[in-house]
Amino acid sequence: MSAAAQSAPLGRRLLYFLPVLLFAVVAGYFLWGLDSGRDPRAVPSAMIDKPIPEFDLPTIRGMTGPGLAAADLRGHGVTLVNFFASWCIPCRAEHPMLEKLVRDGGVRLVGINYKNKPEEARAWLATLGNPYARLGADESGRVAIDWGVYGVPETFIVDNEGRIRYRQLGPLTPEAIKDTIKPLLRKLGS
Amino acid sequence: MIPEIGHFALILALMVALVQGTVPFVGAQRGHAGWMAMARPSALLQLVLIGTAFLALMYAYIVSDFTVLTVWQNSHTAKPMLYKITGVWGNHEGSMLLWVLILSMFGAAVALFGRNLPAGLRARVLAVQAWISIGFLAFILLTSNPFTRVFPPAANGRGLNPLLQDPGLAFHPPMLYMGYVGFSMAFSFAIAALIEGRVDAAWARWVRPWTLAAWCFLTAGIALGSWWAYYELGWGGWWFWDPVENISFMPWLLGTALLHSAVVVEKRDSLKAWTILLAILTFSLSLIGTFVVRSGLLSSVHAFATDPERGLFILLLLCITIGGSLVLFALRAPALKAGGLFSPISREGGLVLNNLLLAAACATVFLGTLYPLFLEAVSGDKVSVGPPFYNRTFAPIMAPLILAMAIGPFLSWKRADLPGVLGRLKLAFAAMVVAAAVALYLQGGPVLAALGMGLAAWLFAGAVLEWAERVKLFRIPPGDSLRRALRMPRAAHGMTLAHAGLAIAVAGIVAASSWKAETVQVMRPGESVELAGYSYRFDGVAPEQGPNYSGTRATFTVTKNGGYVTTMYPEKRLYPVQEMPTTEAAIHTTGMADLYAVIGDPDGKGGWTVRIFHEPMVPWMWAGALIMILGGIMSLSDRRLRVGAPARRRVMAAPAVAGAAE
Amino acid sequence: MRARVASLLFVLALALAPALPARAVEPSEMLKDPVLEARARDISAGIRCLVCQNESVDSSNADLAHDLRVLIRERLVAGDSDQQVRDFLVARYGDFVLLDPPVKPRTWILWFGPAGILLLGALGIFFYFRRRAPVPGGPAGQPLSAAERRRVEELLAEDEGSGTPA
Repeated sequence: MSAAAQSAPLGRRLLYFLPVLLFAVVAGYFLWGLDSGRDPRAVPSAMIDKPIPEFDLPTIRGMTGPGLAAADLRGHGVTLVNFFASWCIPCRAEHPMLEKLVRDGGVRLVGINYKNKPEEARAWLATLGNPYARLGADESGRVAIDWGVYGVPETFIVDNEGRIRYRQLGPLTPEAIKDTIKPLLRKLGS
Repeated sequence: MIPEIGHFALILALMVALVQGTVPFVGAQRGHAGWMAMARPSALLQLVLIGTAFLALMYAYIVSDFTVLTVWQNSHTAKPMLYKITGVWGNHEGSMLLWVLILSMFGAAVALFGRNLPAGLRARVLAVQAWISIGFLAFILLTSNPFTRVFPPAANGRGLNPLLQDPGLAFHPPMLYMGYVGFSMAFSFAIAALIEGRVDAAWARWVRPWTLAAWCFLTAGIALGSWWAYYELGWGGWWFWDPVENISFMPWLLGTALLHSAVVVEKRDSLKAWTILLAILTFSLSLIGTFVVRSGLLSSVHAFATDPERGLFILLLLCITIGGSLVLFALRAPALKAGGLFSPISREGGLVLNNLLLAAACATVFLGTLYPLFLEAVSGDKVSVGPPFYNRTFAPIMAPLILAMAIGPFLSWKRADLPGVLGRLKLAFAAMVVAAAVALYLQGGPVLAALGMGLAAWLFAGAVLEWAERVKLFRIPPGDSLRRALRMPRAAHGMTLAHAGLAIAVAGIVAASSWKAETVQVMRPGESVELAGYSYRFDGVAPEQGPNYSGTRATFTVTKNGGYVTTMYPEKRLYPVQEMPTTEAAIHTTGMADLYAVIGDPDGKGGWTVRIFHEPMVPWMWAGALIMILGGIMSLSDRRLRVGAPARRRVMAAPAVAGAAE
Repeated sequence: MRARVASLLFVLALALAPALPARAVEPSEMLKDPVLEARARDISAGIRCLVCQNESVDSSNADLAHDLRVLIRERLVAGDSDQQVRDFLVARYGDFVLLDPPVKPRTWILWFGPAGILLLGALGIFFYFRRRAPVPGGPAGQPLSAAERRRVEELLAEDEGSGTPA
């Protein structure tokens, strides 16, 4: 048996290590997958660095105030666009953070109300407060599709030229605000 | 009290596994008979202990003991008793316990029925089994303890997902696990052989029954899962190339390859290193599957609750088990002496082709399932790999395999006469042409589907022809043919059945995928709709009450050419505890097709959304799977598998053993 | 605690699963024109439902799936080709929305991998056969004697009967 072992050429013997090498590569990817804390169902935004879609939405029915159109997002400085709905629990969780951003950070915030019954949206805003400079009511959800939105809440940062620069999936978290959004707002603002 | 007994039994089982993993192994290395003998009682004791733990958990479910956390999370007093019991494995913790239980069952089986194994091999095999056990028992005890208690207990549990309260799905996990864990035996044998430094015909003969058993169970598990999806999910689909489905399919593909390459080791003492690698990889895929399902790495309807800590633990287990075994392979396999030579055109050559195609198919599924992860890691991009990819890559690999499957059994060992063999398959070729022509005539297209039906007919005819040749059917008196058939080894019948069963299943798969018809519309009571020659009259709905659900039941009268066929009762149910609605499709099988009716939502104006599907030849898929399993069982019952031991002495003529003898 | 949250996620995940499968493609969504409707079904079957786990919009009951189904049909009625409809969705959601991964340099390994693996395997086998001594076309040397030939035939006849099956 040892004779057979010695007679096998080195190249061929290295070939036998191929399976374990391949496994090591696969295991490495698995480790990355676990470590990265990624969400396998998260869809990266296809709209980054692209211009905002054209749209013109009226405000929520029964509310006074202006609606929201694409023109309102160009030439008005950096704007935060927040898609929300009253039936969305995480939206409720992020609401105070939106208010804080407007109040303390002086951020220009507009909102698009996604597939909400007008009376429920109105009641929700009345209870929690309305931090939005302008509001659009996307009752059919079609405008959201044009923005590549597939769930609420989602928040976009739009620069002065009307280009989408960042998208937050899910509710705003203090970490996201501190680490990503505020720095980007500063960079775009200057 | 009982849960504590269960918990304690698990801890004891871990200790026994520690002993079983070390003492017999050292004993085998040193040739110490007494130490090797520790293997059998340890394996049996492990079964008793883990069995006790499992029964303790089952008891907690049966009496609805909500102080046990998993029982509270997954059960409810109103659940029917059958589902209380099967709910034991309908969640992560319970299913892991089932996993190690089956592991211990296989170990005990080797201890009890492996008397014909040499003591050293048996000791090593059981030791390797124990190593796997140690890993998983530690995993359970440290991260997924089913006996965690919660005080004070809630008044009632959170129930079990209504989708899982179903006989088909209740038994799908045990079958699958019997398959996955069964391949751990082939793995253990492979590791033991590598450590011993000897792979020969006798080894292949001993590995065979375990591999066959695992294969039968896995086939059953996959078929059950597919069948369940078909009748439960409501649109007549039965395979979605969902990551977890793929994960059950890959060990099946490699396991089939292993079954076939082990034959070459047994008969011709060749392809040893490759067979060992296959045995390691098949079980590795089972383990990787366990990891992927429970780690949240991939998005899937099946995914269990995700917990990174568990994921890391299993990944560690994977690295030790798979990494370790592959390193051992790399070090030891080159020393395995190559055996008989054979020409490319021969039975061995055919089996090599079989292995090539099956391994490539498995690699394809692997690539498709994990590519999104790889791509995202490297570039952050996300792509979706869905059925269209697999249809275009998997099917073209299967087609030549089916073509070759009819030819293979005709080929003789070492060197075969291919033109002669093809001549003997003339009838099969005729069957292929006829089937394709009939399919084209009846359905018009697509051409690929007709070709698929032709291939299925080719394989079926080829399998039958080979069997007929063996018993010299129609060439000698029927009585003599019968006598020949009875004297043939059972494994021969098993092969014919398995190949024929696959042919039938393939025919079903091709037809169901290509010629499914569907109609969706709103219907009012009294209205009729036509589909595929059948007329469905909607007779109205009535309310319905079950043990833990309420619902609506519709009635459809089905006729064909005016003649009554059947009455169908599709339902919509609401399970109040889960607040989850489900649909129960009504399925009527005519043997050649399934009639499939689903009742949807009311439109508020007296009409109901009705979906009717015509599923051609779907029953053939299940029948084919059943026949394949029968073939496997028949092969398992072959006398030669139980009388294997003397083979080692008889094989002394082969140079391999002489070279391997210390 | 973590286990409870995890199990809740599990329940939620399954809740998003096809609990109401009968609500996929509603009659009210379907187009009158059967050719357009068939195209719509075909395209939908290849579009991922983004809020579900591994389902197409054709078979999912989610709200978003419904919206996308309606959108697909609107674009078809407006005259878009199949590819234009897909491009429309990809422009908004990226490649992930297609269940059929596009053939781009990024996915070459995916698409050509299977063929590549098959080729590599075949090459490996080819070299394996070449490395082993070729099986002689016939045993060189003396032909069989009459007695040996008879014995061979006897053995073959026996062998045929019992066979050497898999």
